[in-house]
Amino acid sequence: MSQDSAELVTASPTAAARVARVHSSPVGDRVFMFLLYLSAWLVLAIVVALFLVLLQRSWPAISQVGLNAFTMLWDPGGGHFGVLTFIYGTIVTSAIALLVAGPIGIGAALFLAELAPRRLATPVAMLIELLAAVPSVVYGLWALFALTPAIRLFIGPSLQKTLGFLPAFQGPIYGVGFLAGGLVLAIMVVPTVAAISRDVFEAVPNDQREGMLALGATKWEMLTKAVLPFASSGVIGALVLGLGRALGEAMAVAMVIGNKPQIVASLFAPGYTMASVLANEFSEATGKVYISMLIEIGLLLFVVSLIVNVFARLLVWNASGRGSR
Amino acid sequence: MKTLTLKSIVAAGVIAGLVVPVAALADTQFLGAGATFPYPFFSRAFYAYSQEHAGITVNYASIGSGGGISQFTAKTVDFGASDVPMTKAEIDAAVAANGAVVQLPDTLGGIAIAYNVPGAPKHIKLQSKTLADIFLGKVTNWNDPEIASVNPGVKLPALAILVAHRADASGTSYHFTDYLSKVSPDWKSKVGAGKSVNWPTGVGAKGNEGVAGQLSNTPGAIGYIELAYALQNDISYVALQNKDGNYVLPSIDSIRAAASQKPEVSATDFSITDMSGKDSYPIAGYSWILVWKNQADPARGKQLTDMLKWLVTGGQQYAEKVNYVPLPDNVQQVALKAIGSIHN
Repeated sequence: MSQDSAELVTASPTAAARVARVHSSPVGDRVFMFLLYLSAWLVLAIVVALFLVLLQRSWPAISQVGLNAFTMLWDPGGGHFGVLTFIYGTIVTSAIALLVAGPIGIGAALFLAELAPRRLATPVAMLIELLAAVPSVVYGLWALFALTPAIRLFIGPSLQKTLGFLPAFQGPIYGVGFLAGGLVLAIMVVPTVAAISRDVFEAVPNDQREGMLALGATKWEMLTKAVLPFASSGVIGALVLGLGRALGEAMAVAMVIGNKPQIVASLFAPGYTMASVLANEFSEATGKVYISMLIEIGLLLFVVSLIVNVFARLLVWNASGRGSR
Repeated sequence: MKTLTLKSIVAAGVIAGLVVPVAALADTQFLGAGATFPYPFFSRAFYAYSQEHAGITVNYASIGSGGGISQFTAKTVDFGASDVPMTKAEIDAAVAANGAVVQLPDTLGGIAIAYNVPGAPKHIKLQSKTLADIFLGKVTNWNDPEIASVNPGVKLPALAILVAHRADASGTSYHFTDYLSKVSPDWKSKVGAGKSVNWPTGVGAKGNEGVAGQLSNTPGAIGYIELAYALQNDISYVALQNKDGNYVLPSIDSIRAAASQKPEVSATDFSITDMSGKDSYPIAGYSWILVWKNQADPARGKQLTDMLKWLVTGGQQYAEKVNYVPLPDNVQQVALKAIGSIHN
């Protein structure tokens, strides 16, 4: 794990030079090179194959439903296949997840890598990595029986009291809804963000810290001016991976979001996401267009994930003046 | 050349001699796939069948009705199972793939209307129209006069009603919405019947356990769940007004009573919701098995039809053990007749 992330940080533009050197080397090296190329291209090929199969399987829906897919009404029995509500739900819950989990995950990682004593850091880091391995249905069940009552009784009312002037925090609180979906995703994303960020922070060379401290910086200045900028591209990688998990998570969200296809401002209201409608309806779906439409939702989820990832990277690049280097 | 031929004949004979008895002794395995609803009944019944019939095992994969129909049509399984019989289009596709399809009822399930109202008795009464109005979002509070009028002496609180429905497409939702379509013209025109409909109000939960979880979490919630699930867990459920005007609790007997009102049930006329009869509970539905009318292998086909004959008669005792409803006698006859039409 730590080596992967170290490479994330230290991946250098001199790779091309190294490739050139390898070409003059013995057979073993060439075979190894070939295998590496193969694995890299295989990943690309899988992505392309995935896209093509999704496209092919969703073609009946694309040709029959067409642009009517981008409407609000989802009523398979009545022949209405509008998916806008699902796209909205996916984006809103993922945004909540990242807004909550990003700072917490990075904060936890900074604490573990920079401030906590080794004795504490190692077991806590192991626990965090363990959390990342918990199956999503477990998070879903926990959220259904613990998180949604907490939202209905405590979190929701207190948000309404303090931020109730915002439309996002108005309306009746059922417990299940966008907020519950977003929060369970946040909890699932925190370990991903924290575990990777911690490895990235630990890969920051000590010279950086010492140089900063030698200039008379405080610990806070050292962290924000030396460690964070150096690690920023790795941390962005961690956030993007976390976002990926949030966008694609089906089961845990399906259990707590309320599964009502609608676009409303209130985060307390029930909603629906693309991944959870797939989880809910695919196994019992009958009829060519209906099944094909569900696959089209999978295709759209693929496309939305791509767009959101690219957008997130562009956003961060612009904000931080083209990353760390 | 001649000796070679002789040799190969002898060799073939030896191999055949070795293989045939082995094949006769080998286990016959039947594979089914489809709806999750009948799975508890199937796993119990098929286990018992293989205990009684050495050498025959039946495996059932509960992958959902949609998957069951497509696996069946693709001929990767010996039989399929579905909560709702195949549609015309699905049958056409299957006929094009492998000829005619026989569909027969295999078990019965009821649907209970469960609720969570603090301080309310374990079974309150509801009129069919009121139930529809609640799910339409017209009746929104437990102290509504429509509810109070049929529950004299019961004090229901002023508590907002939260409708919880299944979010995953399911036969349970189909039978429930089919029932609401029959008792409420409003429901029929605005929503209709289906495994997954455009719900006018409420929140969607995943599976019976999701609806039950939503109910236990939320005071004021009402939802529908499979009878077996309601009986196995300590859940309050409604005595529902039936077509004759009586208030009936869902039970194995009351659902069997409803089903026996319609002995001529078939894959094209299968709805048994809102049946008449004073003891009939109004929300229930059959689960269906799909088999090919023309079995390619006569011996294997015979074993399959024997197994199915047992399932719809002697095997029915296992339904009750998992709180499913055994087929009424007259419906068992219908199922046997359907099995009889299979060519081996």
